[in-house]
Amino acid sequence: MSTRPRYREESPFKIHGGCGLMGICDESGALMSGEDAILAMAVQHDRGNGLGGGFAGYGIYPEFADHFCFHMMYHDLRAKEETEALLDEHFLLDLAEPMPTRPVKGITDAPLLWRYFLQPYPDRLEESEMSGEDYVVSVVMTINSTIDGAFVASSGKNMGVFKGVGYPEQIGHYFRLEEYEGHTWTGHNRFPTNTPGWWGGAHPFALLDWTIVHNGEISSYGINSRYLEQFGYKCTLGTDTEVAAYLFDLLLRRHKLPLSLACKALASPLWDEIDRMPEDEKAVMRSLRAVYGPGMLNGPFAIVLGFNGGMVALNDRIKLRPLVAARKGSTVIVASEESAIRAVIPEPDQLWTPKAGEPVIARVKGMGWPIHGDLHLAPSKISCAVSGTEQSCETVEVSA
Amino acid sequence: MPTSLIQPEFLVKIDYDKCHKCGRCVQQCGWGVYSFNERPIPDDSKCRACHRCVTYCPAHCISIEKNPLAYRDNDNWSSDARKAIWRQAETGGVLLTSMGNPKPYQRIFDHLVLDACQVTNPSIDPLREPMELRTYLGSKPDSVQVESDSNGGFKLAEGAGMHNNIKLDTPIIFSPMSYGSVSLNVHKSLAMAATRLGTLMNTGEGGLHADLYPYQDNVIVQVASGRFGVSPDYLNRGAAIEIKIGQGAKPGIGGHLPGEKINKEVSSTRMIPQGTDAISPAPHHDIYSIEDLRQLIYALKEASGYKPVGVKIAAVHNVAAIASGIVRAGADYVYLDGFKAGTGATPQVIRDNIGIPIEIAIAVVDQRLRDEGIRNKASIIAAGSIRSSADVAKAIALGADVVAIGSASLMALGCHLCQSCHTGCCSWGITTQKPELTRRIDPEWGAERLVNLVHAWSHEVQEILGALGVNAVESLRGSRERLRAIGLDEQTCKILGVKPAGM
Amino acid sequence: MTQTKYATQPIEGYRHVAPEVRVEGDVTVIDSNAVYYKELNEAIRGAVAGGAKHLRIENVNGQRYIGTGLAGEDVRIEVHGTAGNDLTMLMDGPTVEVFGNAQDGVGNTMNAGRVIVHGDAGDVLGYGMRGGRVYIKGDVGYRVGIHMKAYESLVPIMVIGGNARDFFGEYMAGGMLVLLGMNTQFADQPLVGSFLGSGMHGGTIYIRGTVEAWQCGKEVGIAEATEADMAELTPILADYCEAQGMELADVLKVPFLKLTPFSHRPYGKLYAPM
Repeated sequence: MSTRPRYREESPFKIHGGCGLMGICDESGALMSGEDAILAMAVQHDRGNGLGGGFAGYGIYPEFADHFCFHMMYHDLRAKEETEALLDEHFLLDLAEPMPTRPVKGITDAPLLWRYFLQPYPDRLEESEMSGEDYVVSVVMTINSTIDGAFVASSGKNMGVFKGVGYPEQIGHYFRLEEYEGHTWTGHNRFPTNTPGWWGGAHPFALLDWTIVHNGEISSYGINSRYLEQFGYKCTLGTDTEVAAYLFDLLLRRHKLPLSLACKALASPLWDEIDRMPEDEKAVMRSLRAVYGPGMLNGPFAIVLGFNGGMVALNDRIKLRPLVAARKGSTVIVASEESAIRAVIPEPDQLWTPKAGEPVIARVKGMGWPIHGDLHLAPSKISCAVSGTEQSCETVEVSA
Repeated sequence: MPTSLIQPEFLVKIDYDKCHKCGRCVQQCGWGVYSFNERPIPDDSKCRACHRCVTYCPAHCISIEKNPLAYRDNDNWSSDARKAIWRQAETGGVLLTSMGNPKPYQRIFDHLVLDACQVTNPSIDPLREPMELRTYLGSKPDSVQVESDSNGGFKLAEGAGMHNNIKLDTPIIFSPMSYGSVSLNVHKSLAMAATRLGTLMNTGEGGLHADLYPYQDNVIVQVASGRFGVSPDYLNRGAAIEIKIGQGAKPGIGGHLPGEKINKEVSSTRMIPQGTDAISPAPHHDIYSIEDLRQLIYALKEASGYKPVGVKIAAVHNVAAIASGIVRAGADYVYLDGFKAGTGATPQVIRDNIGIPIEIAIAVVDQRLRDEGIRNKASIIAAGSIRSSADVAKAIALGADVVAIGSASLMALGCHLCQSCHTGCCSWGITTQKPELTRRIDPEWGAERLVNLVHAWSHEVQEILGALGVNAVESLRGSRERLRAIGLDEQTCKILGVKPAGM
Repeated sequence: MTQTKYATQPIEGYRHVAPEVRVEGDVTVIDSNAVYYKELNEAIRGAVAGGAKHLRIENVNGQRYIGTGLAGEDVRIEVHGTAGNDLTMLMDGPTVEVFGNAQDGVGNTMNAGRVIVHGDAGDVLGYGMRGGRVYIKGDVGYRVGIHMKAYESLVPIMVIGGNARDFFGEYMAGGMLVLLGMNTQFADQPLVGSFLGSGMHGGTIYIRGTVEAWQCGKEVGIAEATEADMAELTPILADYCEAQGMELADVLKVPFLKLTPFSHRPYGKLYAPM
């Protein structure tokens, strides 16, 4: 038995917590520094309790736009050596370096933080008969599940997740986010009530280049996770965010639903409302709700899904968590409080509170659809990659 | 020798000082307990403790007591066991009884408790905020395919989406009880109530009487091994068709409605001559294996223009595998009947010793269908002693889509659970065909009481959902995380997929 | 807001410093720029305790609890910027005027006083409000006027100039809610969402324009406002118009509906005592 912890939450129980969040996207593709995201979160300081903060930035590595970038957390040097040996075996490493950080008062117990810009060895990739995305997720799975004390915080292209235990403004400062420029940023402030404070457990939660930040508590967690298990996903982190990430993966990637309908499946209109819809729409919504009922996220939530090319913000179906949106020119911004928006954009062209269950979608012009077209792995592999626990890495046979 | 060694189970006590000598008790009792000689004289041995006389006595001077006659203590040989032996020694017969298994088996529902929201997520107020119980019964696709429409929106792709599902306004339906085992007025009460509630009644295996045609959109028509009343017209009238393989009170055995119950009306509904016995074979003789079930399911679909076809089985040891086979055979729902389910007549040995609890059956079937990735292909109906809205909520949390209530619905009509349906003398006019008894139930009165009961339970389920912080029943369905067990052994917890309280 | 755009310190949303306070004539001006709510509200309470009657708070952005628990009928506070959550919660007398928007929870359990917002307000506005007046210029969010109640001489009144979302006047037990649907950025949408007056068992809701029956809770009766109703309503609208700089005649151009509960005990028959 190893005495070193793995990067996973020790708790086998449901993780409770409230939070604050933000997302900003310049649809023109123009870049902004990470400071705006930090500022929006700093204004919402009191929504968290200092046990978790984090950001995701997109478009931040233009010089390595075609490389997968691994943001790694290591508990010790041995974990780093083992991981690097594995990376060496599978990838051409064009750059490996410590994450640029600076000391920040109050930030302690940071793991070893490294990043790697890499590309699969073409011959090994060909040999594996997998797509590049599948290949990457497979390696992520191996690291998270077999190397003690190593955790992949993000693994997408031209993006990265910066997270840890602390308030988001401390974490953002620690990771020197003012030195990065991205077209889309999301941020999160955590108020966990029973989680052991560990760096990997902070948000955003990432799967390749998808990231999720989430505020609220999904009261339907029990059936949502069992529903996902039906398709082979294994929800072992005990967080609502994990469940939301898999549901998006299921609906968008595997079932190929349009984004707007996937949002309607997750935050369904009421039956009365569906009954009043025109026939065609009613037929779609009735089926959507009956078929995806077990996946419906019931209970208070506000969520921002980030991807390479934009973001989607979504509220629960009876608006039990706050969400405010604004637009100025080509910039779309969402946050839990209006003040967070005005700290960044004092005079927006338009500022509104989105209706319950109605997504705010921002898409960077010219960038692709957020579906991982090249990801074909089974849900069980995805779960294993994400959480890296033994439970999730057991082979799951699903016959349908 | 006395004719029987068995002493009366109950003593009928009349306070003659208060008695009006009106003879109402004589008239009300279906079992002929009372004779009248200036005042009512009870024969204790005939009393079933159904309380009809007690309820209708204008002087409130009757009470029924348990016969306190002492038997020599013996935990092994209960007085019931001794009486059974005496009865069989006297008659040589199979002990016949009715309603559900009364034995003191562990009641799992009573060892499960539900969750509620505190602080980290809000409970929801069910009286003022939406609290949706609507449930669709039937097979659903695994995913929904759409295509763009001309207005920038989406429409269902050709043939995609949910078809042939029945909309229920509450996840509570009425169990199958045949016309013949219950009276026509009971059938009418159930049908009228189902229509008003936006839910379903079920004909049972005795056909559909013409008086129920106005309510046929809220009726499941059953096809059992006796095929009573089964015709193309019958199949086409129902909202759904149910193949009855077995029932929880008597798994694996057939049925027998005696000729004296086959009056003119029953005869026309069952499509058999008056006065002949109505015999249901133990198996369907066109189903000896699972592939035969598939053949029958599709025959019924073909004959009915593809109405939903469900299959009702008793919960037995291998229920998960059987249910999986049923779903793969093309059933739109699988109806699980637990071992405490009621019936109009059953051998006592069968009722009390065969089958497994409904809680276990729901848990293993729901899990098996999920493991096999076919949970969406069929709904699960659970029945067999659903006694309260708490049982409804717990059954749904374990994984049932819908629950069916039989005993509870009869109790709404006056049934006092005297377990004497098989006598055909029901004083409450429920399980009888005697006109002087059946007219005791006015369908309008009966429907109102059934509607009241289901409304009250539905409200209570909404209260539970609200406490759980969800506002749609699909968010409770299968959400075993919201259940905890108290006093169940580890293995049972594991089978139920429920953690013990405190975890 | 001061952005600390230099690398040696973390970016702060608010700083734990006392705000700058200055006196201009009879107005006490407090610059709340990036000041944490605790220090800001201490300064406000201190000024009021020191006899200030007219306060102007500048550069407000999201600071919580402004006016919370504050008493004094003759105190007037101007808030410039976006007022944070729980503005005027439990307030008992003062007038608070917001030049900007207000976030969630304005007037929570408020006892007396006036709140005038020259902008929009968020969700759960006036929760359990027992007295005083709240005048919002623009749109409001979900669950507005939830469980407003009246008691003896305390009668809360809230007028919303724009649109409202679902659950407007939910559980309403007393007082008056008025929805105008005029100053809205959602002119193409219904002026109010669903579950209007759901669980209402007291008080009155006036709607300028129309609502569909399906939008209303089952406890709500809808009628056209009578002359007597308008006689009750018009002085309130006049007061609102004066506060918001609107023309009363414009408001009165469209007829009003009056919503009242069918019963003060909507659930009398729900329960079956054992």
